[in-house]
Amino acid sequence: MSIIVKNLGHVYHPGTPLETRSLCDISFELERGTWLSVAGHTGSGKSTLGQHLNGIIAPMEGTVTVDGMAVKEKGPDLREIRARVGLVFQYPEQQLFAETVYEEIAFAPRNWGTPEEEIDARVKEAARAAGLDESRLTRSPFQLSGGEKRKVAIASVLSSKPDYLVLDEPTAGLDSFSRRELADLLAGLKEGGMGIVLITHDLDIALSRSDAVLVLDGGREAALGTPAEVLARLEENPVPGLRLPDVAALSLLLRQRGRKAPVTWDWRELKNALFRSSK
Amino acid sequence: MSHKTVCELRDLTYVYPGEAAGDSASPRPALRGVSLSIREGEWLALLGANGSGKSTLAKHLNALLVPSQGECIVYGLDAADEKNACAIRSSVAMVFQNPENQIVGTVVEEDTAFGPENQGAPSGEIVRRVEKALGDAGLLAKRKKPTYTLSGGEKQRLAVAGALAMDTPCLVLDEPTAMLDPQGRSELLDVLEKLHRSGKTIVYITHRLEEIVRCDRAVILHEGAVAWEGPVTALFLSDLPLKDWGIDAPPLFSLWRDMKSESRPVPPIPTVASMADALCL
Repeated sequence: MSIIVKNLGHVYHPGTPLETRSLCDISFELERGTWLSVAGHTGSGKSTLGQHLNGIIAPMEGTVTVDGMAVKEKGPDLREIRARVGLVFQYPEQQLFAETVYEEIAFAPRNWGTPEEEIDARVKEAARAAGLDESRLTRSPFQLSGGEKRKVAIASVLSSKPDYLVLDEPTAGLDSFSRRELADLLAGLKEGGMGIVLITHDLDIALSRSDAVLVLDGGREAALGTPAEVLARLEENPVPGLRLPDVAALSLLLRQRGRKAPVTWDWRELKNALFRSSK
Repeated sequence: MSHKTVCELRDLTYVYPGEAAGDSASPRPALRGVSLSIREGEWLALLGANGSGKSTLAKHLNALLVPSQGECIVYGLDAADEKNACAIRSSVAMVFQNPENQIVGTVVEEDTAFGPENQGAPSGEIVRRVEKALGDAGLLAKRKKPTYTLSGGEKQRLAVAGALAMDTPCLVLDEPTAMLDPQGRSELLDVLEKLHRSGKTIVYITHRLEEIVRCDRAVILHEGAVAWEGPVTALFLSDLPLKDWGIDAPPLFSLWRDMKSESRPVPPIPTVASMADALCL
């Protein structure tokens, strides 16, 4: 069971003066129970890729299949694909609309035809999983802080129990504790068998938490592999506008100045290597 | 830097209307007894976790909110008096988190001109201010471009240019880097550093410890109250319970703190360059 993306390409406004290529020849496979991070700077095609994964955009070049079902503009599988792949958009305030947080989270499972007696349990479970305090359920989602709105947006997708979760830049605007909480939440969902696609410009989280990383540059694959492989690749072939995490940048700078230092984003590993070799 | 005070908050408490009216028996203030002076020409960092009251405080500085209790004096004017709101907003400009929400023009220079046009500035003056603002924000080369063609970092710098064109002595930025990638973030901080050197008073709100290394002074908010206040260098010297205040140390800072605790030589403030210098001694 996996999402398979093969030679995916996308052009916005084809045949007009505004024609812009957004994706070119992207291929990867995401199995359930694994976590792929898609990194790249603003405008690299990350969000366009994410929107292909549950059929908001149908492929114009190449294919996307979800558990064997092809993503197409129309067709009987589209509903099932959207039930399996949950998408959390970049700006949570744009997907909130209900009068209370409870109604917001209950909307999707109701829409999918979940029996009413199950809804309450679904809502509470999703709120808990997203780290949202139960006291917030009676509030208007518009009264919440930015961080809490984001948690509501995630809970409202979790409540329909997707098999894959695609999150577009969910950490923007979250403080570092909330970012870590969110990363822990995703790791827990992954352990439970969910496939995670995290779209982010935060290379620190991408490298330190996921199983695989895809780096996009101008819509093309700049690196794909395990975090260690991807960091090594980025050090050799820097992507303009994509900065290495500070610890990785420091380690690289030390190497350039003739010190022995590892290819790593982990400060403990760097420290151990530095002070072992100096003794 | 002079010691003239730009903004003076005295025992400021703020309760959001929903809290006061509403569902809980004891309303929870967003700000509790905050006293703070902002000095002319300083670059002040306002640091705190999500929900610590940073944005609520910022909105008092240009009279978008008025205190429930206590006082907020901006350039000698009492912000609680509605008649002062206009004068205060001509002295303090705001830049918000999401660049998409603060762009009104379709072309870069039109967007920048919106503020001074609204203030009723004469047209020659508008042209001069727009040119200077775009230059300071590093966007002069893009002045004729449609705003939708800008990157996220450029859009946020456009928002800064719009605020600069208002020609206010003080600029308040509420998490302006939250939606930006690391590259956009450092571009924006470069612009602010230049403005700071030219004498502008800057209040910079963030939850990222690594972003305040260029500021003069920091104020840490925790649950609506001032938890700590002092020069940025002192923030790094002291052993503050940052974790208890919801402020997490980025990995580079963890390395720095760990080396310091083992009495190894470390720079006064951890940056990639300063750490590399210290480690190559």
